[in-house]
Amino acid sequence: MKLRIVVTLKNGVLDPQGKAIEHALASLGFAGVGEARVGKLIELEVADGTDDETIDAMCRKLLANTVIENYRVERA
Amino acid sequence: MKTAVIVFPGSNCDRDIAVALESVTGTAPTMVWHRDTDLPDDIGLVAVPGGFSYGDYLRSGAIAARSPVMRAVVDAAGKGLPVLGICNGFQILTEAGLLPGALMRNRGLSFVCRDVALRVGETKSAFTSGYRPGNTIRVPVAHHDGNYVADDATLDRIEGEGQVAFRYAEPVNGSARDIAGLVNAGGNVLGMMPHPERRIEAAHGGRDGRALFEGLLARVGA
Repeated sequence: MKLRIVVTLKNGVLDPQGKAIEHALASLGFAGVGEARVGKLIELEVADGTDDETIDAMCRKLLANTVIENYRVERA
Repeated sequence: MKTAVIVFPGSNCDRDIAVALESVTGTAPTMVWHRDTDLPDDIGLVAVPGGFSYGDYLRSGAIAARSPVMRAVVDAAGKGLPVLGICNGFQILTEAGLLPGALMRNRGLSFVCRDVALRVGETKSAFTSGYRPGNTIRVPVAHHDGNYVADDATLDRIEGEGQVAFRYAEPVNGSARDIAGLVNAGGNVLGMMPHPERRIEAAHGGRDGRALFEGLLARVGA
């Protein structure tokens, strides 16, 4: 089964890459651009029937750094 | 004092720290490959060097922190063995949970590679015992992800407990409260982005890094 794991920065964590994107879009002339936040999308193939607890452990132990990041798991 | 240096695929300051440790202790360190599961006996320090372990894939230090040898490093740190992480080594120690917080992309987005001024903090750690609190030293930095981040409660705690070993005395990377290096609650684990091992001999352009190793050697023993 295929998973999509979306890793995003926690609120309040400054995102320098997001700031650079905001400025670049503004300099291209796009008006009305608000905050940009850069995250990661990890597509992961796992054995059918892999339980939620195991998937959650994968996220906590490696895929996200929960000091600065949140994650959510989508089943494709 | 016997020492060990961990080597990951992509480490590139492992030889620098090895030369520095041999210069100060008189004994070449044992180089320990990341797949090893044990550290040598009777060592007084294990160093986690700078570089780009695993190409900085996923997050800087993330993969290295989960390698077999790091389990041995975490165990040894728990028993009080001095552990020094420099640059990528600092990133690895935070990812391994030995130090609080995380290191993010530099605020200015650029890789910063130059000498910087640091102020020595007031800690009880052997790692800063070769300096006086408030001393200013100059050592190089060379990093892209050195912007130290932690929540306010954590920052208050590490400042309150005397865990800030070094602060930048000039703007470098946007680190919270100018933190350049910190020790754990026990004082036996130090992580720092700047490179003291690159300021050991006069030929390096300065010897400001040497006191870190000499202070540790004097405290931990010959």
